Amino acid sequence: MLNPQLNDDSELKHLLSIEGLPKRILNQILDTAESFAGVAEREVKKVPLLRGKTVCNLFFENSTRTRTTFEIAAKRLSADVITLNVSTSSQSKGETILDTIDNLTAMHTDMFVVRHAQSGAAHMIAKHVAPHISVINAGDGSHAHPTQGLLDVFTIRKHKPEMHNLRVAIVGDVLHSRVARSEIHALTTLGVPEVRVIAPKTLLPQDVEKLGVHVYHDMNEGLKDVDVVMMLRLQNERMAGAMLPSAQEYFKIYGLTSEKLALAKPDAIVMHPGPMNRGVEIDSAVADGTQSVILPQVTYGIAVRMAVMSILAGN
Amino acid sequence: MKIHIKNGHLIDPKNGIDAKQDIYIAAGKIAAIGNAPEGFVANQTIDATNLVIIPGLVDLSARLREPGFEHKATLESEMLAAAAGGVTSLACPPDTDPVLDEPGLVEMLKHRAKQLNQAHVYPLGALTHQLAGKEITEMCELSEAGCVGFSQADVTIKDTQVLWRAMQYAATFGFTVWLRPEEPYLAKDGVAHDGEVAARLGLKGIPTAAETLAIASILRIAKETGAKVHLCRLSTSEGVEMVRSAKKAGQQVTCDVSANHLHLTDFDIGYFNANTHLKPPVRSQRDKTALSNGLADGTIDAICSDHTPVDDDAKLYPFAEAEAGATGLELLLPLTLKWAEENKLKLSDAVKHITQAPANILGVEAGDLSVNASADICVFDPNQYWKVEAKALLSQGKNTPFLGLELAGKVKYTLVNGHVVHG
Amino acid sequence: MNLPNAEILFETLAERIKPLIKANTAIVGIHSGGAWLAERLLPLLGHDLEHGILDVSFYRDDFNERGLHRETKPSQIPFDVQDKHILLIDDVFYTGRTIRAAMNELFDYGRPASITLAVLVNRGGRELPIAPQISTFDTALADTQNLQLLRHENGTFYFTLEENT
Repeated sequence: MLNPQLNDDSELKHLLSIEGLPKRILNQILDTAESFAGVAEREVKKVPLLRGKTVCNLFFENSTRTRTTFEIAAKRLSADVITLNVSTSSQSKGETILDTIDNLTAMHTDMFVVRHAQSGAAHMIAKHVAPHISVINAGDGSHAHPTQGLLDVFTIRKHKPEMHNLRVAIVGDVLHSRVARSEIHALTTLGVPEVRVIAPKTLLPQDVEKLGVHVYHDMNEGLKDVDVVMMLRLQNERMAGAMLPSAQEYFKIYGLTSEKLALAKPDAIVMHPGPMNRGVEIDSAVADGTQSVILPQVTYGIAVRMAVMSILAGN
Repeated sequence: MKIHIKNGHLIDPKNGIDAKQDIYIAAGKIAAIGNAPEGFVANQTIDATNLVIIPGLVDLSARLREPGFEHKATLESEMLAAAAGGVTSLACPPDTDPVLDEPGLVEMLKHRAKQLNQAHVYPLGALTHQLAGKEITEMCELSEAGCVGFSQADVTIKDTQVLWRAMQYAATFGFTVWLRPEEPYLAKDGVAHDGEVAARLGLKGIPTAAETLAIASILRIAKETGAKVHLCRLSTSEGVEMVRSAKKAGQQVTCDVSANHLHLTDFDIGYFNANTHLKPPVRSQRDKTALSNGLADGTIDAICSDHTPVDDDAKLYPFAEAEAGATGLELLLPLTLKWAEENKLKLSDAVKHITQAPANILGVEAGDLSVNASADICVFDPNQYWKVEAKALLSQGKNTPFLGLELAGKVKYTLVNGHVVHG
Repeated sequence: MNLPNAEILFETLAERIKPLIKANTAIVGIHSGGAWLAERLLPLLGHDLEHGILDVSFYRDDFNERGLHRETKPSQIPFDVQDKHILLIDDVFYTGRTIRAAMNELFDYGRPASITLAVLVNRGGRELPIAPQISTFDTALADTQNLQLLRHENGTFYFTLEENT
């Protein structure tokens, strides 16, 4: 099977998942993002790279945060941006996903940024678009959120450049998290020697160790001596599905408090993809504390997305 | 019509024939094997040089999509597909629209099928009304109308008491109950085998336990009620082991496996190929191997196609939303041949799983080439390869995980009741 | 063609730039050759001179044809460009497109008071109405020739000339 993310020259054609991306392409994106991070600090935050190109944000699943950062990224590249919030109900029996894509292609879209509630949606779209169009997966079901994974490792690289020596812990609902999967793939591809997942059994996928992670159910054990703590968001549905008894018990056992953070290395950094549930997965003291890099993550997210779009547009 | 098929290699597992033999047909029946009967003058001669002659295939599960789902496929198209696949007898599950829970519907289906004069159609009646798992159907009336067994298709009965009583009632009259073992709560919303691949792809998994728990329940209830049970579409190695133990202990149980599951594992999902979205899901390598071994040692009795045509758009959705199922009538033979070849099995051993064994399960006179049996015959070229693509398939369903593959085994002639329906 | 001695040209460049250093001057090298030159010029110009590096990858006019350059380095302009006299340094001036891109980028940082372009070599073949105010060596090369400034391990400069067929 040919890698659907790469073109005939083995260059990036679509960004659908971190799994399957060669390390050099990961590094190319991260290195390019460095340059864009600099652009964000200037008065004029734009560069003319994507002038005349049209980027379409196709969000079948709602998200203000991610959509906004993609919009900002595209606009900073001087691209024209169309945003379509297609609620799944209106699209389910009416226009199919592919019909929507065909219509937008006819409107000269050069790039699709797609978010969908189903795993595999971005792959399906990438398979069907015209050859000159690139697809960026902004999150498909529980499968992947590659730009999030990228901006997370970019953040880690910025604060802990010695990636070959790190212990990273990912805490929370790995089972339902596309962010966790992308983070795991990015970390293992870049050679981070120890990636831990910390969660109750109900929130871990079957055979998760096969993804290359060490499994912990005890957060006190799992956080010992880690350099990076990546918290995941807990959704309310988990209580409804009998996976967890309550947010309170979850916070008690798996929430990140200052006490628990103290078990990690003293200079460990704390990350969260957002939006945070304060008092559920993370304590405000930690979220707003000195070890938190949660706010910079957002800024880096724009730079990383600018890097991805530029590389795709140029290939 | 008197037909003489000459120079072919005849394989008839029931009668132990595996040799070059001519076959003579008269009045819709097999008149003789080997030497022509006295005074036989053929109206038609078929030269089967380099071809293999086997009993017409008996397919334990083929969805014909009528009544109710004519946009997916019609009786006409699917019967032509059956003929093209060498299938001369088939059982269809009751999940039509309306559900086959009324004798009138069954009669109409049988009538429609008979008019087309192609394969013999043996409907499976619904075990409960509307398959809803609450009230049992008029099994005696349905049996009289032509049902050869009672099934719940893909819908599991949640109320164990209802399942018990349904099986008890069926046992009273010796009807066979066909059930696909799947614990409904563990399998709810699941679309792939619960394992590494589902974890990577972010697809909701259906654990092995969903099948084994259900098998345990079904076997236990069957034992206590005395019901004859046929387990449909095994998919797990542990499930095979459970059936093996049950058979060893003398329990009357039969089971089948879909041809798809003999060749695919969850790795074949690849980049979310919706054509591999099947029920039950394709599972791990170990499971696939166990299914194969199960056939070889007789634990699993039959291979079926589980023919489930869907309309073109139905697969053009992200994996979980794509309609489950694969078209299969035209692939049953080549996939069985491929399986036999890969496992170095004799053709006759493989062929029995798609002829004699399924006929026994259906309890019908089919699946063999005995003298005076209905002349239901499949003549094929085991060495001719053909490419699995939309235009090569007669079924309206072009949804198969084997698209693009070249398979060996091309049906040249299919006869039902002694007349040629394909070729 | 006899390749000029890059080190000698560099000394000439330093001499010609020195008098241009005023109060509100900043020196900006274009990555990579110009940046190397600026780096070695800095101590010679004797002041606490404001300086920066420009990577023009995001402003090039050949993005659609060639895609994004393999290695982009972040531009670093740590001073306020507004009202500054910019000394823009590059190694080889050819078509003028790099300078066009550099100026567009600089203007996104602010409005300079002036820009003076100083290069080691003007190899002829300009395609835009842009020219260096200072050039230590002028020549005319063919399109098939590729003149590059390189740097030894010890930091000294030298030229190479490649013939592409």
